[in-house]
Amino acid sequence: MMSWLPENVSTYGKDIDRLFYLIYYITGATFLLVAVTMVAFLILYRHREGRPARYTHGNTTLEIIWTIVPAVILVVLSFMSQATWGHVKGHMPPADVHVQVTAKQFNWEVTYPGPDGKLGTQDDLEMENEVHVPVNKVIIVHLKSKDVIHSFFLPNFRLKQDAVPGREIQAWFQATKPGRYELPCAELCGFGHSGMRGWVYVHPADEYDKWVKEHWPSA
Amino acid sequence: MSDAMSVAATATHVEHVGHEKLGFVRTYIFSTDHKMIARQFLFLGLFMMILGGLMALMIRWELAWPETQVPGTRWIPEPFMTDGYMNPSFYNQLFTMHATIMVFFVVMPILVGCFGNLLIPLMIGARDMAFPVLNMLSFWVGAVSGVVMLAGFFVPGGHAAGGWTSYAPLTAVTQYTGVNWGQNIWCISLIILGISSLMGSINYITTIVNMRAPGMTFFRMPLVIWSLFIVAILLLLALPVLTSALAMLLLDRMAGTSFFLPAGGGEPLLWQHLFWFFGHPEVYILILPAMGIGSDILAVFARKPIFGYRAMAFSMIGIAFLSWIVWGHHMFQSGMSPALGTGFMISTMVIAVPSAIKTFNWLGTLWGGSIRYTTPMLNALAFVSMFVIGGLSGIYMASTPVDIFIHDTYYIVAHIHYVVFGGSVFGIFAAIYYWFPKMFGRMMNETLGKIHFWPTFIAFNCTFFPMHILGIGGHMRRIYNPMQYEFLQPLQPVNVFITVSAIGLGLAQIPFVINFFWSLFAGKKAERNPWKANTLEWVAPSPPPHGNFDTIPVVYRGPYEYSSPEVAEDYLPQNRPLVSAQVAAAH
Repeated sequence: MMSWLPENVSTYGKDIDRLFYLIYYITGATFLLVAVTMVAFLILYRHREGRPARYTHGNTTLEIIWTIVPAVILVVLSFMSQATWGHVKGHMPPADVHVQVTAKQFNWEVTYPGPDGKLGTQDDLEMENEVHVPVNKVIIVHLKSKDVIHSFFLPNFRLKQDAVPGREIQAWFQATKPGRYELPCAELCGFGHSGMRGWVYVHPADEYDKWVKEHWPSA
Repeated sequence: MSDAMSVAATATHVEHVGHEKLGFVRTYIFSTDHKMIARQFLFLGLFMMILGGLMALMIRWELAWPETQVPGTRWIPEPFMTDGYMNPSFYNQLFTMHATIMVFFVVMPILVGCFGNLLIPLMIGARDMAFPVLNMLSFWVGAVSGVVMLAGFFVPGGHAAGGWTSYAPLTAVTQYTGVNWGQNIWCISLIILGISSLMGSINYITTIVNMRAPGMTFFRMPLVIWSLFIVAILLLLALPVLTSALAMLLLDRMAGTSFFLPAGGGEPLLWQHLFWFFGHPEVYILILPAMGIGSDILAVFARKPIFGYRAMAFSMIGIAFLSWIVWGHHMFQSGMSPALGTGFMISTMVIAVPSAIKTFNWLGTLWGGSIRYTTPMLNALAFVSMFVIGGLSGIYMASTPVDIFIHDTYYIVAHIHYVVFGGSVFGIFAAIYYWFPKMFGRMMNETLGKIHFWPTFIAFNCTFFPMHILGIGGHMRRIYNPMQYEFLQPLQPVNVFITVSAIGLGLAQIPFVINFFWSLFAGKKAERNPWKANTLEWVAPSPPPHGNFDTIPVVYRGPYEYSSPEVAEDYLPQNRPLVSAQVAAAH
């Protein structure tokens, strides 16, 4: 079932996938355990004449076991998740490239800081629905929204972050493979929600330099 | 009419209300009898279930064969449909109203409204609710709310289209959705429904606390009563929060305030905090009664005491407390501080523990039983097994990093349907088949029941299990045409399979409708205790008259004394005196 996951092309994507698989195995094993036990009981203990049901109200030892075991597994899972969560959302690594993405009904407005590396200056460049980034570099996305809540979703990068009007939210990723990847909006944002999508172009280093030269010839 | 008036005129003189003859209006329409109110809630819920189900099928058609003519919908006018082609804004209205109707007008009225009303007085040995008039008002206010909600389809601009979660500012400003009165009506209807639920919950709590029969201690109550008691408390505390949030949203829309609008200094995330502070207890409101129902039915048909009765009761109490501190897990990707995300992840993982305890105790109940595969039992077993899948799939979302990927995808849709359809709706079916004889005095047909159960169970899994696959593939929720996305195009056969299964699931309900109405008029007459069960409702006649019991029963023991060595039969009703039990009660 997990083979349906889109190809991962970000540095932290493999950590998220590893957790995904881990939970898949844990829940899969639990489900099998419960399902097999249940089916076995349903067959073994079907009603038959002359065989009375066992008169019992429970077993305290069992209650303690099946309280503690799931609790321990779940708390351990929380701590394992926390490491990746902190890495992806809890901290911002030093940025190589900044990009501002402003969501609006029903487009992504992408603003590049230009050669000075600063947003909100003269050499900023704006594009619609196209995010151009270099491979193997840390990209920090400054997410804003002009109207309603949108969600910046990069399935191949295992990144999702809501864009909320009235505030700027930062998210980061680092691509590991050049290519063209879809950028849908994942939060209902109105009648044009379906079809609101852009593209992320991950360029190899030389190709990225060429792209920069094309757009900022003076630099 | 004159009958009803004369009854009203003489009512003040009648001290003992158990035996007077009431007119048609007081018996069937403005009834204060908890059993009639239960039936009214049941019919309201089943009618709404048909509407909500048809909406689901239209949604599914659109997803499988996007932007094609939906069969049988040419009569739906502009601006909803154009010659059978669905407009995107109508698609948004459909999933908004599908969820709103199923949550607020199907599962809540049936599980809480119908079975709460039917079972609480009967199972604790009371003659009626503590406040019968308030009870009647609760239903009629709820019915008004339902009419108001449906009216939203007939106003210019169409119905609310912001999802059942109604995230601001999308829903706070008309121009963002193009929906004006539809959204206002959505808010107003739910505010009215909140009043109805409040009246119901006060009544339930008061009745359970004050009107239990002699000997019915809290820890002799059936688990279904425990679950309804806890649900009533959750409703009482959670609904005012929703009502406040809805009032704020209405003020933003109509009075120029800016609670949720950043331009005026408001905060969009405030809506999410308020909504989910209500919304997470709400999902337990939807599932707890089904847990209670499942527990009772499992014990009856395994002919065994429920395994770990106290653990079952305490785990429901645990869920009730924890349900107040997990709301943030709906908001991991919302821009809320990631540190808060960590806290909510831990509380969410912990709330899975009581659910695990319940599951293992259900297995323990089956262990060594003498299991009868009646239709109620099959549905209760389906409830347990489907709830297990719904519970386990929740762990993925609880893990904040995995949630980054699956948040707002079909994985969530799969999860909620395993809990609310697999859990609550199979619980509803189990309860209807099980208590139908008490409610209407006739048995439902077992053969038709099985013809309903098996196709439903199979089609349910074929419909909702592949949604996990869509979610893993990254398929977003609430999109109208998945073919607009390159990465979703390979998933389209899965969407087609789901839709075909969903149509099958819809058709599988036909035997249920036939069985329900046929049994209502021509079913085999039910005896008092057709399932040989222990709880007090089976002491009363089927259906119970006004006032329920010939004499108020005295309770000597817990509700699950099946296959007790003390008696020859394999059941021992709560009210049957035994010499040894009387001695024990005296101590």
